Amino acid sequence: MNMNIVETSGLGKRYGGTWALRECSLAIPAGHVAALVGPNGAGKTTLLNLTVGLAEPSAGAVTVLGGWPAGSPAALDGIAFVAQDTPVYKNLSAADMLHLTRNLNRRFDQPYAKARLGELGIPLNRKAGRLSGGQRAQLALTVALARRPRLLVLDEPVAMLDPVARHDFMAIVLTAMTDDGVSVVLSSHVLADLERVADYLVLLSHGRVQMAGEVEDLLATHRMLTGPAAEADRYAERPVVRVGRAEAQAHLLVRAGMNDPVPPGWEAHPVSLEELAMAYLREPGAGALPGPARSRNTQPSEVTR
Amino acid sequence: MTALTMPARPKHDAGLRPVPWRRMAWVTWRQHRAALGGVAVFLGAFAVYLWLTGLQMHHAYTADCHPASSVACTLNFTGRYATTGNVVSIFVQVVPALIGAFAGAPVLARELETGTFRYAWTQGIGRRRWTVAKLVLLAVAVAAAAAAFSALFSWYNQPFFAAGYVIPFSTRLFGLREVSFAAWTLAAFAIGALAGMLIRRVVPAIAATLAVYAGLALATALWLRQHYMAPLVTTKPNLPGSAWAVSQWYTKGGKFAFGAHGSGIANAVNQLCDNGNSGLSPGQCLSQHGYTVWTSYQPASRFWPFQWIEGGWLLALSVLLIAATVWLVRRRAA
Repeated sequence: MNMNIVETSGLGKRYGGTWALRECSLAIPAGHVAALVGPNGAGKTTLLNLTVGLAEPSAGAVTVLGGWPAGSPAALDGIAFVAQDTPVYKNLSAADMLHLTRNLNRRFDQPYAKARLGELGIPLNRKAGRLSGGQRAQLALTVALARRPRLLVLDEPVAMLDPVARHDFMAIVLTAMTDDGVSVVLSSHVLADLERVADYLVLLSHGRVQMAGEVEDLLATHRMLTGPAAEADRYAERPVVRVGRAEAQAHLLVRAGMNDPVPPGWEAHPVSLEELAMAYLREPGAGALPGPARSRNTQPSEVTR
Repeated sequence: MTALTMPARPKHDAGLRPVPWRRMAWVTWRQHRAALGGVAVFLGAFAVYLWLTGLQMHHAYTADCHPASSVACTLNFTGRYATTGNVVSIFVQVVPALIGAFAGAPVLARELETGTFRYAWTQGIGRRRWTVAKLVLLAVAVAAAAAAFSALFSWYNQPFFAAGYVIPFSTRLFGLREVSFAAWTLAAFAIGALAGMLIRRVVPAIAATLAVYAGLALATALWLRQHYMAPLVTTKPNLPGSAWAVSQWYTKGGKFAFGAHGSGIANAVNQLCDNGNSGLSPGQCLSQHGYTVWTSYQPASRFWPFQWIEGGWLLALSVLLIAATVWLVRRRAA
């Protein structure tokens, strides 16, 4: 699949006088599990609401599924959304939720939904209001997947789940992606939840996109250099993301490929996704954006002390 | 955990056929059957009561009210049932407000308050269809129930009209008759739906609906209704049939003298009529002194035109409010 499942250009959303999201230019290719990561208030939910058509942009545009405007009939038809805290109608039974969703959509895979709820041990006649948080999240995910969407959008899907339920939930998301080719965009303020499944990362901070790209590429273009603290300043001109200084050793996250030369006296290590994300989030001025979405904050980031 | 795989997906076609409207019937029924059932039970129980007491009243009227001016009629019909009739009409007044508040206000307010609009408005049917279908179906249902109920209420009041105890134009009863009652219920529902969308919380939306409805009903009864058609004017002291007297005033020598109430008439009666002790009624005395009394009125034959005028503008208002609600749903940013 050679299209962008979500594409934004100069996208912005203002609530009152505050920009919740601004100058967001992204091109998330289809066939990925894309993780939207950032601290609370970074604009994750705003970006997702714009993507699913719940909110209208204040600036710029967002298209989905290879060019459809967000919120258009084709977009609504092809995108399933599970909102934060997985709202369900408390007085409806699980079976009613399935029937409701079937009536509200052109496609609905009732046998799949029933079989999955059976597997999960969620009784069909149980009112949604009497399900546990984990069961409710699973019900919402089941209902969303049974719509057989091309894009599944999940806002903080695992926030209310215990670790085991998180694991199971993510396993199902991953299965949907690998077996059925559903593209997934999900958000979390805890990267650890997503690290295992995400192969595309969008880092949001203060309403702006700070880093975006395929996880593989991001990891391949960053290295951690460890060397004498006294020499750390020599790398000021290089694209350094973070300087962590221990007593005598400095840790520099640099944008460099595996084949770039390592200065004498320094050691290069590959970085983990979490290290990378944390470094960028601590460094609001730093940015790493891929090709077309490259914007003015791509200049080599400054060194901080 | 073993996850099931889904069957091969059909090709995503660009020329989408929208989700059919009729699917919303089940959705609306399933989500609002408690409210609709509540309305049905409430109106049904009220109707049974009206029917039972109405039968007794009709019997009493047929037995004793020929003619209606007889003592037997006064004792056994009006004397016995007039208070009940008044109390019942007060209760019926609040029915549209209750329907608007408890069936109309929560339709959108509950979705917004609990966050389920994020589910509802991202389904394939689209939020415009979802809102239009829900509001129209529910509005038609409550208006139809109200129309049926008010038909029974009109039958209940027939003996009172026949006995001349109240006129059909009575402020207390006009809004509770077939056309206007259904229209008031519809308007109350539309007010509730819009209030719910604007306020986004159930309880404040219910309170706002009650307040707005009460204000509108009061303003209509006190100031608006009498202007639906230009009133007729007469100098006869007695109005024809069960006409509705709108206002009265006096003239002398072709010029306006004073209204039927206020200090003008009080001074004149004081000066000219020995403060009312002349043995004549103020009206008779004033006419002896050359004053003419004018009465503007709406004749009884205008009852149904007035019903349709009231029904018409309330229907237009309801359509406007529902359209505004749909527009707000479409543009509301999450």
